[in-house]
Amino acid sequence: MSARLVIARAGARSLLQDTGFRGGRGIGVPGAGALDRDALYLLNRLLGNDTDAAAIEIALVPPKLRAEDGPVRLALGPGLSGQVSGDNPRPVGAWTAFTLHPGETVDLRFEAGCPVALIGIGGEIDLAYALHSRSTLPRAGLGPFGRKLEDGDAIPISAPAADPGDRTFAAPPRPESGPLRAVPGPQAEWFTEASRETFFGAEYSVGIETDRMGMRLDGPALSHSERGADIVSDGIAPGAIQVPGSGQPIVLLADAQTTGGYPKIATVIGADLSRLARLAPGDRLRFTAVTVEQAEAAARDRRAELDQIAECVVRANAGRIDPRALWQANLVGGAVDALCPDHFPHHPEPESHP
Amino acid sequence: MELIAARPLADRAVTFELATRVGPEAAARVGAAQARLAGLLEAGELPGALELSRAFCSITLHYDPLRGRQADLVARVRAALEDTAPAAHADGRLWRLPCCYEGEDLDDLAARLELSREEIAVRHAETVHEVYAIGFLPGLPFMGELPEGFSVPRRTSPRTRVPQGSVAIANGLTVIYPFESPGGWHIVGRCPVPLFDTERATPALLAAGDRVRFDPVARNEFDRIGAALDCGDIDPASFAEAAR
Repeated sequence: MSARLVIARAGARSLLQDTGFRGGRGIGVPGAGALDRDALYLLNRLLGNDTDAAAIEIALVPPKLRAEDGPVRLALGPGLSGQVSGDNPRPVGAWTAFTLHPGETVDLRFEAGCPVALIGIGGEIDLAYALHSRSTLPRAGLGPFGRKLEDGDAIPISAPAADPGDRTFAAPPRPESGPLRAVPGPQAEWFTEASRETFFGAEYSVGIETDRMGMRLDGPALSHSERGADIVSDGIAPGAIQVPGSGQPIVLLADAQTTGGYPKIATVIGADLSRLARLAPGDRLRFTAVTVEQAEAAARDRRAELDQIAECVVRANAGRIDPRALWQANLVGGAVDALCPDHFPHHPEPESHP
Repeated sequence: MELIAARPLADRAVTFELATRVGPEAAARVGAAQARLAGLLEAGELPGALELSRAFCSITLHYDPLRGRQADLVARVRAALEDTAPAAHADGRLWRLPCCYEGEDLDDLAARLELSREEIAVRHAETVHEVYAIGFLPGLPFMGELPEGFSVPRRTSPRTRVPQGSVAIANGLTVIYPFESPGGWHIVGRCPVPLFDTERATPALLAAGDRVRFDPVARNEFDRIGAALDCGDIDPASFAEAAR
């Protein structure tokens, strides 16, 4: 009997997501898929999966998962940690792949300020595809479950992943700072010169009204030029920043409608979309203008960085300090004392797990 | 045809603007361009291109920046469109969709347009509606034109729940809501035919370029057709009358 990952407690918004639907935009189906594609790519590499394999994207209240009928390989994305209970209770950290044995459960926790996170699933998921994807779009009932995961749902795993023990990246990605890069357009000229300058200079904060469709920004209002605040609806891609008549920008995200009728002042570049995904209401952000060519170069650079990270996987000894892993991390990170747990605020205390 | 503008959506997509005003002329341009670009995409002549989506006056091409460059794609599209001529209904089907004209906003519209409920239903049903684009919701058709004198803006206060199948008008266009949804258009009737079904090979029943005529049906006939569709006795595809 194949292993199953059972959703023991669903959490608030747990959705199966991968790299998104393909071929649906012409019939009104957005790409959907995981908001944090960089994390999805890295977790799938860490698990030895295809890089477009589906993961569970969680938000607000984290779930509790149980393995049944066989072991299930999981990997936690940034902003997450977990406690495994069963015969061998142990903590697991972010960027760690581990095996959940049959009967064991893992209770996930968000780190403070983390709005959305991913749980990678190792092996081959035995669920149907729609539009080349196992992503979920609840408003159209699309996806293997067609809705967010509920208590008792089970994800069947037909081909289990290899179990090389707990594994992590020697040098996981570091949080980035600095302004988000955006290409002006598709409708930059629908805004006054002054408003374009404001947009690429002012500080905005993430509004409360933020979901998988879009992120409302609070900050200086933008004025439309004499062309007005309505356009003939045209195509949208994630990262497009539309500005309705109120002048307050909205960054459109994975589940946004495929077309929109408000002018879009700029579009966040692909390489910075994952950073957007990790912003929570109240977080501050700025934008800086780049060209299409710079955006394309950034996409190539990002893929090279991710591949470099993915190529250096080391043992993760959950609950104990693994001097070798930390030492290697130090080589990259530079200025941290690896043996002092205080420098790793979310690292479990070694005393509790001798 | 001339490309009015190529508008970037950063390194993910580029929108090709082909017309400036919603209507049959724009539809003819966009339809012909869509057919041409879909052919190029299929033939692998748009390096890095992933998919196309069609709007009223434009086409958006989504691409993978790791496998293609926008400047190259724009140059190829511009060249291809130069020898592409606008063509009305190039490959559309004609649909006859049942509609029960008992919509929530008929009385309000009748007062506003100075027509009777019956006149609105008759004139809406005798119009051939062309599908200009599918969007807003999966499978939702935007169709034009409305009969003369049917010009109304959106409702000032949108409904939080527009029932599935609602046929609604605003801004010179007709839509059918494939799912229950918030919405601000004026509801004239209800269509029982499901417009989006992921079990079908092509989930959306209608495609841009198709034409639709509504067959007015009474409430009991609407219920009968709906039940027959539910239990599989009627195939939704059977409402397509003819392929051109």
